[in-house]
Amino acid sequence: MPERPANPGGHAPEAVERVPAHGHAAPRGFLRTHVFSVDHKVIGKQYLDLALLAVVIGMVLSWLMRLHLGWPKAAIPGLGALSAGGAPGGVMTPEYYLSLMTMHGTIMVFFVLTTAPFAGFGNFLLPIQVGAEDMAFPRLNMMSFWVTFLAFLVLIAAFFVPEGPPLSGWTAYAPLSAVGRDAGPGQGLGQTLWAASIGIFCIGQLLGSLNFITTTLDLRAKGMSLARMPFSTWAWFTTSIIGLIAFSVLLPACVLLILDRVAGTSFFVPAGLVISDRLQPHAGGSPLLWQHLFWFFGHPEVYIAILPGFGIVSHILPAFTRKPLLGPRVVIACFIAIGFLSYAVWGHHMFVSGMNPFSATLFSVPTLVITIPATIVTLLWIGSVYGARLRLTTAALFCLGFVSVFVSGGISGFFLAQPSIDIYLHATYFVVAHFHFVMGVAAMFGIFAGAYFWFPKIYGRMMNERLGKWHFALTFIGVYCIFMPMHYLGLAGNVRRYSEFTDDYLQPLIPLHRFITIAALFTGAVQLLFFVNLFWSRFRGPRASANPWEATSLEWSTSSPPPVDNFGGRRPVVEHGPNEYGVSGPTGDYLMQAAPESGRPT
Amino acid sequence: MGKLFAVVVTAITLVSAAIFAMHVWWLPPDISRLGAGIDHQLSETMVAAGVLFVLAQLALAGFVWRSADSTRPIRRFPGGATPMVLLATALVGVEILVLTFVGTKVWGRIFLAPAAPGALHVDVQAEQFAFYFRYAGPDGTFGGAHPEMIDEAATNFFGLDPANDTTARDDVVAATLAIPVNREVALTLRAKDVSHAFYVPDLRIQQDFVPGLVVPLHFTATQTGKFEIVCTQLCGLGHYNMRAYVEVMTPEAFDQWLIDQAP
Repeated sequence: MPERPANPGGHAPEAVERVPAHGHAAPRGFLRTHVFSVDHKVIGKQYLDLALLAVVIGMVLSWLMRLHLGWPKAAIPGLGALSAGGAPGGVMTPEYYLSLMTMHGTIMVFFVLTTAPFAGFGNFLLPIQVGAEDMAFPRLNMMSFWVTFLAFLVLIAAFFVPEGPPLSGWTAYAPLSAVGRDAGPGQGLGQTLWAASIGIFCIGQLLGSLNFITTTLDLRAKGMSLARMPFSTWAWFTTSIIGLIAFSVLLPACVLLILDRVAGTSFFVPAGLVISDRLQPHAGGSPLLWQHLFWFFGHPEVYIAILPGFGIVSHILPAFTRKPLLGPRVVIACFIAIGFLSYAVWGHHMFVSGMNPFSATLFSVPTLVITIPATIVTLLWIGSVYGARLRLTTAALFCLGFVSVFVSGGISGFFLAQPSIDIYLHATYFVVAHFHFVMGVAAMFGIFAGAYFWFPKIYGRMMNERLGKWHFALTFIGVYCIFMPMHYLGLAGNVRRYSEFTDDYLQPLIPLHRFITIAALFTGAVQLLFFVNLFWSRFRGPRASANPWEATSLEWSTSSPPPVDNFGGRRPVVEHGPNEYGVSGPTGDYLMQAAPESGRPT
Repeated sequence: MGKLFAVVVTAITLVSAAIFAMHVWWLPPDISRLGAGIDHQLSETMVAAGVLFVLAQLALAGFVWRSADSTRPIRRFPGGATPMVLLATALVGVEILVLTFVGTKVWGRIFLAPAAPGALHVDVQAEQFAFYFRYAGPDGTFGGAHPEMIDEAATNFFGLDPANDTTARDDVVAATLAIPVNREVALTLRAKDVSHAFYVPDLRIQQDFVPGLVVPLHFTATQTGKFEIVCTQLCGLGHYNMRAYVEVMTPEAFDQWLIDQAP
């Protein structure tokens, strides 16, 4: 196995631009240093810690759901104590199942898949990768995290209100979400808290996106042209532009939803609805309007979750293949193309929603067109592995695993993008399999790759590789055992969002559900390896050098962890692109972006 | 580790693909006139997507396998990025887009073409957590539906007003969707409370009920029998248990059933 010791040497000689250190004296006091810090690195770590907390909650919720789906009559130990109303005697009620499902989806999409790969890693690394001292607006950056944290608290509060959390799913379709208590338990205060939480979350992400865009455009170091930005920077930059547009639509949508619920307006509720034997006091609204607003955000959100993964994999892969990524300009062009197209496809969530059936083709064609850049990037990753001398670190394995699960998840998109096939597969487990593979598992693999790769930079210590490889191997097999069978369920017509399968035609599928449940519990348990590694390495891991992976981008030109102002009073001058692998540089087969020497191809 | 990764990816790919190809879990038999188009479209896509899936995964596994040999020199992919761009555009851009345009015809026959003139009209109401079906009765005209007059206790599910509305008096309301075989059925879907959906896997048909809208839907069943209608739009706590049956009958049996149901 062609592995190298993780610590081949210190700094490469680098060009620096002397600048007066301004404004970024080390903060004093615990609160200013660790809690209300304006340092993008601390804020990035806070986002990652928030995502870690959220993912534990989200994963436990998915276990509870899976247990119930496999054995609906079985009591789950401890659940009765957690919610006496939702799970009397430990057996969850149908409405509690839906509540857990709603919270699982919301927590995972917003507080894990958006915060970790985008806000977390992006915050820590983007300023360093462009050679800046900090974000353009450090105070707004701090506010963005604390607003996001507030949103998280508001959402979690829904668990503790008397009627319990909302049950209308992470998509919160109106009128179920808009008419209040009459629509069922959890649709009272719980649903209002949900809408408030998501609205607050949007504010946090809008501030973050503005910061990312401004920092990328205005604070790049000398020589850091747009073309020399690392792929990860490009991905975060593109994602922040997508986020700026997407969250600025979801925010007013949440405001309108809250107004419908508490102020008697009727944006999403038409006249003549009789719910719980009560004629609803609304008139003139449209349930499809909510769906359009939600998915106008919701589909770009998929790319907000996955594009950072694209960037992370494109950034990390060359460091371990020891050769340049294939087609670097094409990769960046594809990121941008995906960003643009992500706004033209939202209606593919609504083929059978009752919108004008003529518009199906309008949304179907861009949906298939967007698979072209995605396929190109995927093939370029695969082609980049060709003829490589792989250093199979855990980070590299998660990159390769990312490519595999992204292929698996992307392929099922070809089915769902076609309206005629969607008639049958819509709202089945085929869809659940598709989006879990493509934006759940693939995005998680991107996060894991980033975590193993950047941990030394963030905490100054190495993670344990042996534990990491076990984590990868078991997770990789586990996720396939969970999500591949869901395609088969979907083909057999198994509908989603059912708390129990009482229909005759679903009975034969229950054994397959039990298999998935066991695989989910196993894969979830495997994540303990990651958590142990994370906490152990944070305090006990071997010290990391500045550039343990022999990588090229600017974050590896500074110490691990970086000083408060990132480059210790100097500003790097960038001489090269980030893709200079397989060349003969002063310290090895690579050229750092800030290295003054020019490389010669080997 | 590299070779192990390659073996695992290959094994996962082949096992997954084999289960698809062998139809271990598959769609129930189609019992509709237009469903064959969907099944055909699905099969064609399965072949195209399956080939892409297997090729991409095996290429990844193969390249990782080869790169585990540290004596090989580092090499660039022959031709650089261009072949990948061309391949992706050819495979996805042409193949899948052509498939979609073909599929548009299938979609059009189901959702764009109007119901045939002789179709049987049935008014369907979805509510938490049941479906109700209404037939026009001997006069061939549906009575008006008034949400404010809905009274579940009096089994007035549609809010009919037989006292003042003569066309409503002979309307037949049932909890089962009885239909004659080989005759087109034109449904009008209305929601009493929140969004629901009408999904019959055997009929290859799915459509949401939208509160505030009356949504048309038509299909023709080609086999007699009893099939499940399930709700696929999250509608509240009883969502998982919201179902009804469609009973496809011979025309004679259907006529008799309609007479038996008359109020």
